Amino acid sequence: MSTTATSRAPAKTKFGGTLYRGREGMWSWVAHRITGVLTFFFLFAHVLDTALVRVSPESYDTVIATYKNPFVNLMEIGLVGAVLYHALNGLRIIAVDFWSRGPRLQRQMLWLIVAVWVVVMVPGAFFMFKHSFEVVFGSK
Amino acid sequence: MTSVAERPAVTPVDAPVSRPVEVKIRRYNPEVSEDVTWVTYTVEAFPADRVLNLLMKIKGEQDGTLTFRRSCAHGVCGSDAMRINGVNRLACKVLMKDMPDRLTIEPIKGLPVEKDLVVDMEPFFEAYRAVKPFLITGGNEPSKEWLQSQADRDRFDDTTKCILCAACTTSCPVFWTDGSYFGPAAIVNAHRFIFDSRDQGAEERLEILNDREGVWRCRTTFNCTEACPRGIQITKAIAEVKQALLFRRV
Repeated sequence: MSTTATSRAPAKTKFGGTLYRGREGMWSWVAHRITGVLTFFFLFAHVLDTALVRVSPESYDTVIATYKNPFVNLMEIGLVGAVLYHALNGLRIIAVDFWSRGPRLQRQMLWLIVAVWVVVMVPGAFFMFKHSFEVVFGSK
Repeated sequence: MTSVAERPAVTPVDAPVSRPVEVKIRRYNPEVSEDVTWVTYTVEAFPADRVLNLLMKIKGEQDGTLTFRRSCAHGVCGSDAMRINGVNRLACKVLMKDMPDRLTIEPIKGLPVEKDLVVDMEPFFEAYRAVKPFLITGGNEPSKEWLQSQADRDRFDDTTKCILCAACTTSCPVFWTDGSYFGPAAIVNAHRFIFDSRDQGAEERLEILNDREGVWRCRTTFNCTEACPRGIQITKAIAEVKQALLFRRV
């Protein structure tokens, strides 16, 4: 063994540089991760607030009452959007893994699920936000 | 020769026109400094130049310290994989007529950088060796030619094209954050033997890829398929290995 120390490049040089310019496949995966984490945090809060009913129904009502405002309503729409994307893209990934033509059609399938997402979300968001809109602008 | 006079007049072809191109390169030399620097060079590029020609021009005419790997320079040896304008490409296969006037060149991501565009390929080859990329047979040697039908050959034709350039493995977001993932290239080379009708080591290789860091780490981002300079349908190959594991059908 030679005694001359050939120092290894430090770990920081392993990463860095510009953002990798991945295409639809990569960004759909990024969105899948983000929507997955968002849904997890919702479920976390949801399990806690629902479990509260076992502690005391009154405090449960108090907590639920704090949700009844336009801001939380917007978050609910976001939640529906996140869950819907995650579910549709999940189906796409199943097709990629199990359908022999899936990998070749992955990009088309992504645009298909995005189209379905828009078709569901536009009227969905409208009806979900209708009540808040009426409350904020005073028709109710 | 009488035919000379009858030859049609040669229509002059416009001489190729060069244009100045700014090449920004991520420089790193641990013998000088631990800091990474970005250096921009301006070189004349002809439409038929490839990015590798520009790098060689820079090294030959402007800065001899620029370090990168290249061997055959014709897209066969797979030594000049690098990140060009954000995506993994072989520098010898990217034509300048397809590129903008500004290039950003970095080493491939996820492997330790040794100097400039040269990375330590050892973790990559370690994963490659781990999947036993050679024919495994048992029993007596055949006494005559080992025949294989065209259909059997076609089964793994796509994955025989790999040149081990690491463009796929280092385009994989899973590999960037988890260096112990086998990576697309190792799985492609396992696929090449798993689905070879003459090979008998499929079970062995499938067991290796059934590991936590094996095929199940794949998140189907398709970066590998986009990056492959040989056009191998890598994500599809990985999906086939996944299915072989699930259904034990090769």
